[in-house]
Amino acid sequence: MNKSVYASPDQVSETKRHILTVLVDNEPGVLARVIGMFSGRGYNIDSLNVAEVSNDENISRITIVTHGTSEVVSQIEKQLLRIVPVHSVTNLDQEGSSVEAEVALIYIYISETNKKKVYQLCDLYRARKIENENNTTIFEIAGASERVNRFIKEINEITKVEIVRSGPVAISSIKKNEEE
Amino acid sequence: MNNEITGAEIVLKSLAEQGVEVVFGYPGGAVLPIYDTLFKQNSIKHVLVRQEGGAIHAAEGYARSTGKTGVVLVTSGPGATNVVTGLTDAMMDSVPIVCITGQVPQHLIGSDAFQECDTTGITRPCTKHNYLVKDVNKLSSVFHEAFTIAQNGRPGPVLIDIPKDVQFASGTYEEKNKIIIPSHRLFEPSPDFEKNKIEEAVELISKAKKPIFYIGGGCINSGPKASKLVREFINMVGSPVTMTLMGLGVVGSSDKNSLGMLGMHGMYEANMAMHECDVMINIGARFDDRVTGRLDAFSPNSKKIHIDIDESNINKTINVDVPIIGDVKQVVEKMILIWKDKKYKIHTDSLKLWWDKINKWKEVDCLNYNNEGKQIKPQYAVQRLYELTKNTKTFITTEVGQHQMWAAQFYKFEEPNRWLTSGGLGTMGYGFPAAIGAQVGHPDALVVDIAGDASILMNIQEMSTAVQYRLPVKIFILNNEYMGMVRQWQELLHGGRYSESYTDSLPDFVKLAESYKAVGLRAKTTDDLDNVINQMIETKNTVIADIWVTKEENCFPMIQSGSAHNEMMLSKDQKQDKKSAEKGKILV
Repeated sequence: MNKSVYASPDQVSETKRHILTVLVDNEPGVLARVIGMFSGRGYNIDSLNVAEVSNDENISRITIVTHGTSEVVSQIEKQLLRIVPVHSVTNLDQEGSSVEAEVALIYIYISETNKKKVYQLCDLYRARKIENENNTTIFEIAGASERVNRFIKEINEITKVEIVRSGPVAISSIKKNEEE
Repeated sequence: MNNEITGAEIVLKSLAEQGVEVVFGYPGGAVLPIYDTLFKQNSIKHVLVRQEGGAIHAAEGYARSTGKTGVVLVTSGPGATNVVTGLTDAMMDSVPIVCITGQVPQHLIGSDAFQECDTTGITRPCTKHNYLVKDVNKLSSVFHEAFTIAQNGRPGPVLIDIPKDVQFASGTYEEKNKIIIPSHRLFEPSPDFEKNKIEEAVELISKAKKPIFYIGGGCINSGPKASKLVREFINMVGSPVTMTLMGLGVVGSSDKNSLGMLGMHGMYEANMAMHECDVMINIGARFDDRVTGRLDAFSPNSKKIHIDIDESNINKTINVDVPIIGDVKQVVEKMILIWKDKKYKIHTDSLKLWWDKINKWKEVDCLNYNNEGKQIKPQYAVQRLYELTKNTKTFITTEVGQHQMWAAQFYKFEEPNRWLTSGGLGTMGYGFPAAIGAQVGHPDALVVDIAGDASILMNIQEMSTAVQYRLPVKIFILNNEYMGMVRQWQELLHGGRYSESYTDSLPDFVKLAESYKAVGLRAKTTDDLDNVINQMIETKNTVIADIWVTKEENCFPMIQSGSAHNEMMLSKDQKQDKKSAEKGKILV
């Protein structure tokens, strides 16, 4: 953001990565409302994930990874809550502990010379080969983003790959009353 | 089913059940079924404007002067895009509006059909919420939810886009009380939620030595009772109070505690008091940049209490010590109870010292201007307008620019809902259609649009509307042949290079009025002024009063961009320090 004389003097906290979980009514335009708020107000989206999680209540869960000072992120949370179909916004970093994971699908170019190394690495990272009708070497790896990053870095050193990543999804790991 | 009616009929029935009396609109291909139904009924009146932009500002004027929700009906494509400015204006100034737009039939959506546009896409960021209704059976529930959302919490505009086939289709109507709106879709202030904060705030006020109330438009949105309670509480505390542009009228101008407006063109004493106070009580204002000036020097030594119904306004630009989220009426009512209950009283001696200091600032007489000669000073024109209309029930609207600020400074408002101006968005062309809307809501009142020669031309086509409905709206043009505020900034910040701010080839406003079969009047010198104003008031017809004012008058006092509250400029001889001026130049 530009430093202007109108900028708040109290914005001294450091820029950090935050994961926000947003529960929304699954109705047309709801995703556009959420991402439009980010672009319109100049906030960042590092990754975004959305899917319906409750068929009977018609609720979708949006996971947004963003970065900013705690003041900016708190403003993002409040702006999200103004959107009519938004049920709740949770900042998983403020919730305390959370578990996050993402999925990557990787098309690996394999030759006789690198085959052994590739399979060894995939074994090491527990990347699973996905069977497909063309019998090409497509691997799936799931887990924390850093682990996926490391795998991609190492496989890149061995051979050429094509990658698609889901971006992280996350859930609070705080113990809930499980008796219900 | 025999209970089925058409979508268009559902629209009208929903409006009727919501108590809508008047709709501002303009017909077109995609809303013809609704207009056909409108033709067959008598309960809802339609005001035909001359451009859709006029319809939405008229609805805003109607809403803000009556406290009801303004309703707009326009067609697809250009009809919808023409209301975008007004929707944004209503969003910024929190005006409850329900805007109905026609859409091409569903099977044509996405085909670039004639007069098709992505209305819900375009209006998403400038409405509180919007709908594209695809199922006729959902139409009535959408309408009832839309009205609730427009009025609930912080009010704002809601848009309903209805494809033409849905208007023709048959479906069932559901009554308002049968609709259940899930609570997350609304703002539900819980009365006990902020109890501790309210107690903390009241205690803080009781210990203040130099308190000031900073009142905004939220007090007006909370209803007339909120203004009454705010006045009562301020009187109990005995504290000075200043109001934002949007809050004028919450506390009467003649009230002994009132310091008038604050901010960029606010009163010297109000801004100085904001700068030096020890406890600031913000009720329904949002620390707008026109109010705060330079943020790092904004009221540096005060504890700040902020009452706002919209949580996103808390700590947005200014960090506050005691935030209270809730409706002004409910919160202030509680504050009064606590104050009485605990028998709080501000220390009399320190309050007296505070007032002494404020009275010294008042002696600066910041609105003073040189009123010599026969040429009419714009300030003088507004002063005379006030003197000659103060005993009549008067609504004042404005366009945007110097005339708007002079109106805010020199017209004295004693009641809420009498002052209608575009504050947040600053929309030139707002005032005249807003005056039309206010006049529709108050047929017997005097409604005056204080305008500039440039602004009035932005929606001059609405002359036809005013004359057609015999609305005796008065347009009071402070004519200096300039876009005055642009010229002022060019003089102060751009070396006096008046790039494109001279309004050449202005129409003859008297003849223009006459061509619409309205009345045109002109005042060229101070000798004509009172006569023209009196004639304007007495005329039972639409009037344009063309007031020729001095051309290069500047609006003072002024906090220049990049300066702080205690660095007010009282006249143009006073220069801003170079560093702030350079920084301020890039701001708006």
